[in-house]
Amino acid sequence: MNNTAKHIQILDFEKPIYTMQDKIEELKKTSVDTHIDYKDEIKKLEEQTKVYRKELYEKLEPYQKLQIARHPQRPNFMDYVHFICNDYIELHGDRHGYDDKAIAGGIADIDGQTVMLIGTVKGKSTKENLECNFGMPQPQGYRKALRLFEHANRFNMPIITLVDTMGAYPGMTAEEMGQGEAIAVNLKEMAKLDVPIISVITGEGCSGGALGLAVANKVMILEHAYYTVISPEGCASILWKDAGMTKVATDALKITGEDLLKYNIVDEVIKEPIGGAHYNAEEMAMNLKKSLIKSLEEFKNMTAEELRTQRYSKFRRIGVFAK
Amino acid sequence: MTLTDWFNKRKIQQIAARDTSSVHIDDSVGKLWTLCYNCSSQLPKKDLENNLMVCPNCDYHFRIGAKDRIKLIADEGTFEEMFSNIKPLDPLDFVDTQSYTMRQVSAHEKSGLDEAVITGTCKIDGQKTAIAVMDFEYMGGSMGSVVGERITAILEYALENRLPSVVFTASGGARMQESALSLMQMAKTSCAVAKLNEAKLLYITVLTEPTFGGVTASFGTIGDIIIAEKGARIGFAGRRVIEQTIRQKLPADFQTAEYLLKYGQIDFIVERKDMKEKLSKLIRLHAATRK
Repeated sequence: MNNTAKHIQILDFEKPIYTMQDKIEELKKTSVDTHIDYKDEIKKLEEQTKVYRKELYEKLEPYQKLQIARHPQRPNFMDYVHFICNDYIELHGDRHGYDDKAIAGGIADIDGQTVMLIGTVKGKSTKENLECNFGMPQPQGYRKALRLFEHANRFNMPIITLVDTMGAYPGMTAEEMGQGEAIAVNLKEMAKLDVPIISVITGEGCSGGALGLAVANKVMILEHAYYTVISPEGCASILWKDAGMTKVATDALKITGEDLLKYNIVDEVIKEPIGGAHYNAEEMAMNLKKSLIKSLEEFKNMTAEELRTQRYSKFRRIGVFAK
Repeated sequence: MTLTDWFNKRKIQQIAARDTSSVHIDDSVGKLWTLCYNCSSQLPKKDLENNLMVCPNCDYHFRIGAKDRIKLIADEGTFEEMFSNIKPLDPLDFVDTQSYTMRQVSAHEKSGLDEAVITGTCKIDGQKTAIAVMDFEYMGGSMGSVVGERITAILEYALENRLPSVVFTASGGARMQESALSLMQMAKTSCAVAKLNEAKLLYITVLTEPTFGGVTASFGTIGDIIIAEKGARIGFAGRRVIEQTIRQKLPADFQTAEYLLKYGQIDFIVERKDMKEKLSKLIRLHAATRK
């Protein structure tokens, strides 16, 4: 499923790369047409493009990362299931009358180890997105996840959650069904589980809707993913009262993996392919798989009590204040 | 009603319609009178204060500060503040239209508090209880590192000393100026509640006007008993955000305590005058169960 450059939607800040590539193509064509040898020039330009591309993606601004994290072709939960799991049996429903398609989960085999794999689901097309509500869970989604957490706990399976959501759905029935309560219960119940929990923010990690699946022993984030208390747009319109300040708000909120490492909010940043996960979903999935296997190994010999204590102290430490 | 009165009232209503998130006190009427934002009647401030800041005409419960709340709940002279040594910083050097540090200064001036929650212990009809009381006047009762830390600390104190705990919420949600650090306070406080569950210690939450966002989605709604004060607006997402998302008008009583009760989200509604008695009774009944 390697995306070739041709099919990828290009972001504004990536345009110089494509302009350079077009120039190279043009030169190649001219070379053929005129029988003049531009080999050296082409080689030089290709080299320059490569360097420019590498540097660009190494020094992305938060706002550029935000766009990569939200890229419509970014690998989603089902892509990761496809590349990472030897086996995956999806389990549906909250057992109270609803199956939220924005959260999926099931029993999976990753490298010979049985785990409970749960994640938020975004679609790749409008049709898919309508089905899974653009990855914004209803309360019932969190309750389905909780049911799967409890199943994993009963059968001693490590839990892996992959989070990519712009938040829990702000709807009328969501409120009536207790959106806040559903998330809060997950935060509290995840604290009590006896099995290792590993969470990865794979794209958007927005607000309580993301945290509701991420009270884990280890929290990781993909290189261009982001994790924040509120969307930069929401923050701009509340604090600056101006949606045009989104870019400034993005910087101020310190949403990148690098920033989050500093405050112990994430424990590890997982490298993405050059250009972002959507340039090579398989390579991304393999990097993720490697980190997951390594993380499972870290918690392998810990007792239930040790796991709960480690999880508690991990979150207990977070916060900056004077004392 | 004279014509001037009518104009005044209309002006006040227009202002109130523009921003319903706060109670407006009409300057033109002076410091002695307050306008009820629900029924629009002009109330002598003294009468209102004597009536626990509840409108005598329509029973509208005005927001009250944490200190006043404690006075209404704690037996006289029994409240002992704890963890007030935990004070805010500006970890992200956050600047929007104003710096976070400046906002802390003005919040302090406005509320007389150094953060959006007061924590400690008190006696409720002689029963020692750990309490945390939020105050909306300090940056909209938002939860940052200090609120999260103080609440976690008082719940841990309740755990160590096997006390029942009561938390009064009043909050617009997590504090944006501390970004993901604020978000993590939701996890931290909820993990502390998990410990109370495991120790089988009573944890009561009282949701007061208004309780939203990160507080609703963490320690606010995982009480063993969830009480709402009469008329309080409680929700996860804000009304405007929902209206913009679903593109339809929401019912007038949407996200009120009464609405939540109808949908099974809270245990019951209590009027301010009955709050202490209800809490006291709940604590007593839970203490007298099978040993």
